[in-house]
Amino acid sequence: MRYKLLTAAFAATAALQFAGPAAATDLEVTHWWTSGGEAAAVAEFAKAFDATGNHWVDGAIAGSGGTARPIMISRITGGDPMGATQFNHGRQAEELVQAGLMRDLTDIATKGKWTEVVRPKSLLDSCTIDGKIYCVPVNIHSWQWLWLSNEAFEKAGVPLPKDWNEFVAAAPALEKAGIIPLAVGGQSWQSSGAFDVLLAAVGGTDAFLKVYKDKDAKFAAGPEIAKVFKAADDARKMAKNTNVQDWNQATNLVITGKAGGQIMGDWAQGEFQVAGKVAGKDYTCLPGLGLNEVIATGGDAFYFPLLKDADKSKAQEVLAETLLDPKTQVAFNLKKGSLPVRGDVDLNAANDCMKKGLAILAKGNVIPWTDQLMSQDTQRQKEDLFAEFFAKPDLTVEDAQKRFADLIAAAD
Amino acid sequence: MSKSERPNPLFRNLNAKVASIPMILTASVVFVGGTLWTVLYSFTNSKLLPRLNFVGLDQYYRLWATPRWLISIENLLIYGAISLVFSLVIGFLLAALLDQKIRFEDTFRTIFLYPFALSFIVTGLVWQWLLNPDFGIQHVVRDLGWTSFSFDPLYNSSIVIYGISIAALWQGTGLIMCLMLAGLRGIDEDIWKAARVDGIPMWKTYLFIVIPMMRPVFITTLVIIASGIVKVYDLVVAQTSGGPGIASEVPAKYVYDYMFFAQNLGQGFAASTMMLLSVVIVVVPWAYLEFGGRKRG
Repeated sequence: MRYKLLTAAFAATAALQFAGPAAATDLEVTHWWTSGGEAAAVAEFAKAFDATGNHWVDGAIAGSGGTARPIMISRITGGDPMGATQFNHGRQAEELVQAGLMRDLTDIATKGKWTEVVRPKSLLDSCTIDGKIYCVPVNIHSWQWLWLSNEAFEKAGVPLPKDWNEFVAAAPALEKAGIIPLAVGGQSWQSSGAFDVLLAAVGGTDAFLKVYKDKDAKFAAGPEIAKVFKAADDARKMAKNTNVQDWNQATNLVITGKAGGQIMGDWAQGEFQVAGKVAGKDYTCLPGLGLNEVIATGGDAFYFPLLKDADKSKAQEVLAETLLDPKTQVAFNLKKGSLPVRGDVDLNAANDCMKKGLAILAKGNVIPWTDQLMSQDTQRQKEDLFAEFFAKPDLTVEDAQKRFADLIAAAD
Repeated sequence: MSKSERPNPLFRNLNAKVASIPMILTASVVFVGGTLWTVLYSFTNSKLLPRLNFVGLDQYYRLWATPRWLISIENLLIYGAISLVFSLVIGFLLAALLDQKIRFEDTFRTIFLYPFALSFIVTGLVWQWLLNPDFGIQHVVRDLGWTSFSFDPLYNSSIVIYGISIAALWQGTGLIMCLMLAGLRGIDEDIWKAARVDGIPMWKTYLFIVIPMMRPVFITTLVIIASGIVKVYDLVVAQTSGGPGIASEVPAKYVYDYMFFAQNLGQGFAASTMMLLSVVIVVVPWAYLEFGGRKRG
């Protein structure tokens, strides 16, 4: 009896598998876009992909990228790969590619003339390993933004600062009015990211590249970086009363006028929008902290694990093309608050801050981001250092800089 | 069924031996095998994927030069000392008080044991709120009129590990109390009567007669507490996620972060090997005294 049931079950599964190709091909896509705005954005991808006659199986993993990435990686290395998966483009998936677990997309890229349409070029470079393209960049997220609460500055009776230096000068007035000058959440990536932004803004583009790209430890120990550490010291003094952990809680302090400003990536804009705030009226954004108007080209990309199933492999090709389609790019990025990776799309619906970003992008003032330049290992050590630096006032600027230089010397 | 005249001792109790094969395999392959594999790969420079590319003791040099690891070890020692001493003392005191044939003993036992039914994650979140200066204890006391009252252990680098220990004690002491109570109930009534006849005060009876008799219970309790100390992870993640800064990091979190977030397996393996080593250093001399001594005696 039991055997009969089993056989029947096997027959049914086999029949289902044979029936598969006739119907649409299911492709599971994993990502960590789970907040309100993010989910709306990813739904645009799903819609576009379903329109091609295939079926997008949503594999959202809650938590941040840090939680999701180990799960994705263990599925790929464990022999249960999904159809496609999100990573931040750069070096997160480098070893998976080297181990031959990821699919080479060079043919599709040549067909779609990706090298011509993707802008800036560095995006595609970070998808390229040994001359072959392994991922599809879908958006640009930049970290270089200072978000200011107009209300907080009005309350403190000081004019809205135009750059970081004016902001630091306005800090005592804000404090007097009972406002936290700078909101920095307790998670380590926030303080570490804020330092990187300061490095590019106060130190300049060359200093940023010298430290993170060339890994020049001697330079990192030198006087120019000492200036950046001095700025970071200001930042930690201004942030010392922030008792929140998550970045969006810190953003919320700015939205409600309890904090003067926050150094955070353009994803913070989604929070302002959800709260019904208007750029320029309720809040102000200063790209590059108003000192050095560059934006980094970090962001998200999709990687395609090597699959044995021929139908699914074909569906992967369709998905790769869909992701870069101009229409999908606009629909997705407007909802996500990020910048599109193509220069030839129309973004009239973009708001003030996004337009500022697009203008900088058009001028070509871009730098690669740390995800593209350094391994996860080095980034983690950096996060540990700055988490300690921001939380521990008795860690001196000199000691921190020395440890930073050691870290750069050992970086890869 | 056996063809030979004399049964092979290997096949004696065959059923029992067959039945224990899965456990033997699990223990030797998963546990011992996994341990050896981890130790072996801790001498390599494996990053995201394990690779046999030996670099000697480099991972260990780096580990012991990392401030975060040193802070983790220090925190583990403080947390360990606090939970060991306080959960034993409080647990025993509660058990001794419950043992005084009081009314509603069942109710009290339930109340004390209740926190143990919560996971460390829930415990951590509850205490995160209680200790948060903006909504928790500090806020309530200030609303009552003591406006200068300050109690925010989770936001102060130098005492954050004590804040975490409070939550751990709240959660774990009930279990220790129950174990102790079971031990106390195992003591023969006649011993109490004899002590009373001899006029020995109650505290002396506990200290010099009952506690030495409860040695097996204490050893079980010690093992339970000690293993809880070494593996503490979820409580810290739920309460502070290692913060402020890196002031409340613990070794288990270092291992996890470096293996999965930093994609540096070698470093994570080196740290977990050090954790194993510390357990071995504690357990081996104890096991030698405990079991080796008995054989000689």
